[in-house]
Amino acid sequence: MNLFGKKTYFSIEGTPEKKRNDKRKKKQEPSIPDGMWIKCNTCKNIIYKKEVSEYKLCPSCGAHFRMSPAERIAVTCDEGTFTELFADLKTENPMDYPEYENIISKAQEKSGIEEAVVTGCGEIGGYKTVLAIMDSHFMMGSMGSVVGEKVTRAVEYATENKLPVIIFTTSGGARMQEGIISLMQMAKTSAAIGRHNEAGLLYVTVLTDPTTGGVTASFAMLGDIILSEPKALIGFAGQRVIQGTIHQKLPEGFQRAEFQLEHGFVDKIVNRLDMKETLETILKLHQK
Amino acid sequence: MSETMKKVAIARKIERTNSREFIEALFDDFIEFHGDRYFADDRAIIGGIASFEGRSVTVIGIQKGHDLEENLQCNFGSPNPEGYRKALRLMKQAEKFKRPVITLVNTAGAFCGIGAEERGQGEAIARNLMEMAGLKTPIISIFTGEGGSGGALALAVADTIWMLENGMYSVLSPEGFASILWRDSSRVEEAATLMKMTAKDLIKNHVIDKIIYEAPEGIENNLEFTTDKIKEALRETLPVLSEMPVEELLDKRYQRFRQYGVFSER
Ligand SMILES: [Zn+2]
Repeated sequence: MNLFGKKTYFSIEGTPEKKRNDKRKKKQEPSIPDGMWIKCNTCKNIIYKKEVSEYKLCPSCGAHFRMSPAERIAVTCDEGTFTELFADLKTENPMDYPEYENIISKAQEKSGIEEAVVTGCGEIGGYKTVLAIMDSHFMMGSMGSVVGEKVTRAVEYATENKLPVIIFTTSGGARMQEGIISLMQMAKTSAAIGRHNEAGLLYVTVLTDPTTGGVTASFAMLGDIILSEPKALIGFAGQRVIQGTIHQKLPEGFQRAEFQLEHGFVDKIVNRLDMKETLETILKLHQK
Repeated sequence: MSETMKKVAIARKIERTNSREFIEALFDDFIEFHGDRYFADDRAIIGGIASFEGRSVTVIGIQKGHDLEENLQCNFGSPNPEGYRKALRLMKQAEKFKRPVITLVNTAGAFCGIGAEERGQGEAIARNLMEMAGLKTPIISIFTGEGGSGGALALAVADTIWMLENGMYSVLSPEGFASILWRDSSRVEEAATLMKMTAKDLIKNHVIDKIIYEAPEGIENNLEFTTDKIKEALRETLPVLSEMPVEELLDKRYQRFRQYGVFSER
């Protein structure tokens, strides 16, 4: 029970009025390319970089830009409450895929993180929860041994400590460079969630752009509650694969969050500005 | 042609024994049950109850056809979400009546289409993975041909996994691997070898537990050669798994999948 936890308020308009400390501003650098201006892929407008708040929304159309785990933690967890867990796992090369070590180092350089997911423990509105936050900047958030192991350990940790789990998903699917072992991560993570589920604990997934393939077909779709960010691409098969199979044009908005909501696979689409409050309410309503 | 590609070609041969023929040869009193109770009956997956040497079992197999007409009916062995949901329904039924589940896996992969996405292909597969991991009755999976990615795994979270000599199992097809990772479809053979997708590779990785050999003249020309071996293995394994306390069974199944992962810790 923590009814009087610290609360962080933010504006519904999403203007960057909240003064965050400088340290945090520095952390958000990697996901926006160098230079003063960026182009929004949704409205195609050229945006002055400084106008993009820590919520990473397009100031002209509200599009949700992709976020790094550090940026996500900054707008989700109560300040200073996040502790990273299982950070010491290091990727190996199970299939002897040529140059895999180099590919990994380059991805680490580009993304500023060690692997495609960050796991840990934090508080949201004073409620303690286990978190896993994936990063599409790291090899498209693909799931190999390390991603599967970190997610599994995080879920097992939550089961042991009777904590909820919140996973922010973004992934192109299985890490093909790790071969069959990457496929097995789907079973491993799902089995861990099964035990967490059996223990009567809460599991929330937040699907962010894009969530596809083996992550969709495992832990992303297993949430007791499945939230999504607006317009996030969510699906099993890639759009090019589907087009190659059926040779017809895909309908407008196919596999977007709104499509998934309409077809019954998402509980609620939540604007990023409201995400923390929504998660906090969900956690509050599951306190025993 | 490389050894692996030869096996891939055999696994995909249109004459290759399909699940309905295996069920016919392995079990008695098979009664097929249809439908997922939500949407439709997916003919890419057949399932029902049968007896194996006097023991009631639930059998579920991914079905491929031997010609175009048959393949159009069973969608070339690529299940839709309703197929996976039918399989899960039959598995939950098996759990209720304490029957072991035997799955026969042979698919290029789950179907990739608009309808499959509308009806939640990802959710259907995910649900099977989680539910199978906790199903309180033994599960045996036999890979008889192709084992294409999540579409195969969705019937293979099992206590023991066997593979026919010319079966395969991979995260995606060698063609897909070559074209996606290397943007070069001419490197299929190289991809197939690298992916370590044959029964011999997979037993080394502990992805499968047993290889079941095929007659040199081709499985479809001497099915008994293989089904005798499968029967022998079932005769040996079914009593052991059926008598195991449920908690131990589930723990072993959990540990089986828990072990997968190649990484180091600093
Ligand atoms: Zn915009």
